[in-house]
Amino acid sequence: MPRKAGPSTAPNDDIGEAKRLEMYRLQKVIRDAEQRANDLFFQNLIKGTSHLSIGQEAIAAGVAAAMEDGDLTFCTYRGHAHTLARGVSVEKVLGELMGRDNGLMRGKGGSMHLTSVEHGVMGSYAIIGAHLNIACGAAWRAQYRGARDVSVCFFGDGTTNIGAFHEALNFAAIWKLPVVFVCENNLYMEYTPIAEVTAVEHPAADRASAYGLPRIVIDGNDADTVYRTMSAAFERARGGDGPSLIEAMTYRHSGHSRADPAKYRPEGELERWKERDPLRIYRERLKQFGVSEEQIAAIDAEVLKVVDEATEACKAAPTTSVDVLFTDVYADGGWAWRN
Amino acid sequence: MAELTYRDAVARGIAQEMARDPDVVFLGEDVAKAGGVFKATVGLLEQFGPLRVRDTPISEQAILGAAMGAAMTGLKPIAEIMFADFLAVCYDYVANEIPKARYMTNGQVGCPLVIRFGGGGGLRFGAQHSQSVENWCMQFPGLKVVSPSSPVDVVGLMAAAVRDPDPVMFMEHKALYAIKGEVPDGEIVDTLGTAKILRPGTDCSLIALGLMVHRALAAAERLQSEFGINAEVVDVRSLVPLDTQTILGSVARTNRMFTVEENPRLLGWGAEIVSIVADEAFYDLDAPPVRITAPHIPLPAADELEDLVIPSVDRVVDTVRRSLSA
Repeated sequence: MPRKAGPSTAPNDDIGEAKRLEMYRLQKVIRDAEQRANDLFFQNLIKGTSHLSIGQEAIAAGVAAAMEDGDLTFCTYRGHAHTLARGVSVEKVLGELMGRDNGLMRGKGGSMHLTSVEHGVMGSYAIIGAHLNIACGAAWRAQYRGARDVSVCFFGDGTTNIGAFHEALNFAAIWKLPVVFVCENNLYMEYTPIAEVTAVEHPAADRASAYGLPRIVIDGNDADTVYRTMSAAFERARGGDGPSLIEAMTYRHSGHSRADPAKYRPEGELERWKERDPLRIYRERLKQFGVSEEQIAAIDAEVLKVVDEATEACKAAPTTSVDVLFTDVYADGGWAWRN
Repeated sequence: MAELTYRDAVARGIAQEMARDPDVVFLGEDVAKAGGVFKATVGLLEQFGPLRVRDTPISEQAILGAAMGAAMTGLKPIAEIMFADFLAVCYDYVANEIPKARYMTNGQVGCPLVIRFGGGGGLRFGAQHSQSVENWCMQFPGLKVVSPSSPVDVVGLMAAAVRDPDPVMFMEHKALYAIKGEVPDGEIVDTLGTAKILRPGTDCSLIALGLMVHRALAAAERLQSEFGINAEVVDVRSLVPLDTQTILGSVARTNRMFTVEENPRLLGWGAEIVSIVADEAFYDLDAPPVRITAPHIPLPAADELEDLVIPSVDRVVDTVRRSLSA
């Protein structure tokens, strides 16, 4: 039965306490791990760049909570959240960001390429738009083999103006692929407001009709709404009815990347969105459904401990051995291009 | 043993692999119902059905993206990009996505796929449908690059490419689709990373690829009959991995080397081979290696103009003769 989108009101509704506690914990893990990544960057323990999802946690958590084992995640360079949400450990993520031997890919990928196949995280892609088509390919494999899994592809509002987005949407629609495209519309492509560079108000949803898909815009800061919307999209995909395109409205509390203090935002905008902070919304939701302050505080303490321990483990971990430098260029494990 | 055209050999090679392995699937523009714009994939739809042989929209990024995603999750896709030149509109996948996936993920993800495309000139198609794009493909660690010059090599290298666990760029030459050659019956599987000496010789080595192999062979016959020069012709076949041993061995015997390349001059594949020979076989050489290439200009369309740009048999003969008599 299709589930209705919108805030819950009934105490014994379709989501239930266990799922809600799971979604809260996921959001908290993402929040604390991202905050820690930010701190480690300023301690010069994380180099390069990284793109945080603080303020956008409800999407990653709500989607992951609606996924089944075996479903596949394709993320962007802003992919820490979606990787953590599938159950990858904080230590492996922070280790990768810090270039340590305990990192998810032992430092060979870095922040923008987090991948954990055993968790169904099929990669984080740093070139805008590319992975929408790659997700189509994974969905094609599922369709071809009659497998049950669905591929989920996250991307930002800025992605909707590159050609690869439109090729993927058309391709997924004509082949009726089991793929769900999730646009996290955080209002800014990078530094420029998306509205200034897009012909329609809702950059993803207002294009859906061009591909014969329903127009779906949701509150991306409410994990329950995300969960319900995704559950319906998964049902559609598993039922052979093809792709969905979901535009989830949200806001990133920090800049585009480490290099961006986000001074371009109008005064008061961040404060207004902080009132709609997904964790704040969700704490209220839990209380509404009878979860006590103490239970919430216990989850918070447990998550903080996990992040603290992961941080210490990463600081203590050796940097990656140079032995990995020449491995896995080719399938034979090496890099030889000649005899 | 049957005589087969190069274009029929493409379909035969793909069919051989699709019949062997149900994970092999094939997609591209006009490849299924129409049998390909070069008629190189005729009959595959009828033989393997619409789930395995699929027409796509004109969406090269979707084609290569879908091939990559399918390969990452267990299929062995063959993707057609109609003209080699169109690789430029899906270059993100060739340059950034497909070759780097295995390395960046520390070996978690592989892309066992084949990207086949028609390259090369001689058909008066002009500058955007005639290019030799070897160096577009060779520069990315993680990719393999092959280019067959005969029908039997098409079948064997296609099989090797499909069975290879790494992504393979498979360059067919459009001007060779109509040529015929003997192809043995039964399964044919070749080996990537192997060059072939097609004509043994003693006086110089002509190192060639694709269409240029045929011109080098014709030039060698004329050099022999008209000038008494006995040229060895090496078909490179596989640019990555590169069979340097066969090339170095040839140069060690003949002491003179010429590359015959269809591409514009700068960074053509021959430059890498000359560099290797200079490094490792300098004292085998009796004279500097010579690169015979297209000049560094876009390819023109008109008959007379295009013929002046792409190395011809005459040009190879003249260059070798003058160089050896200098």
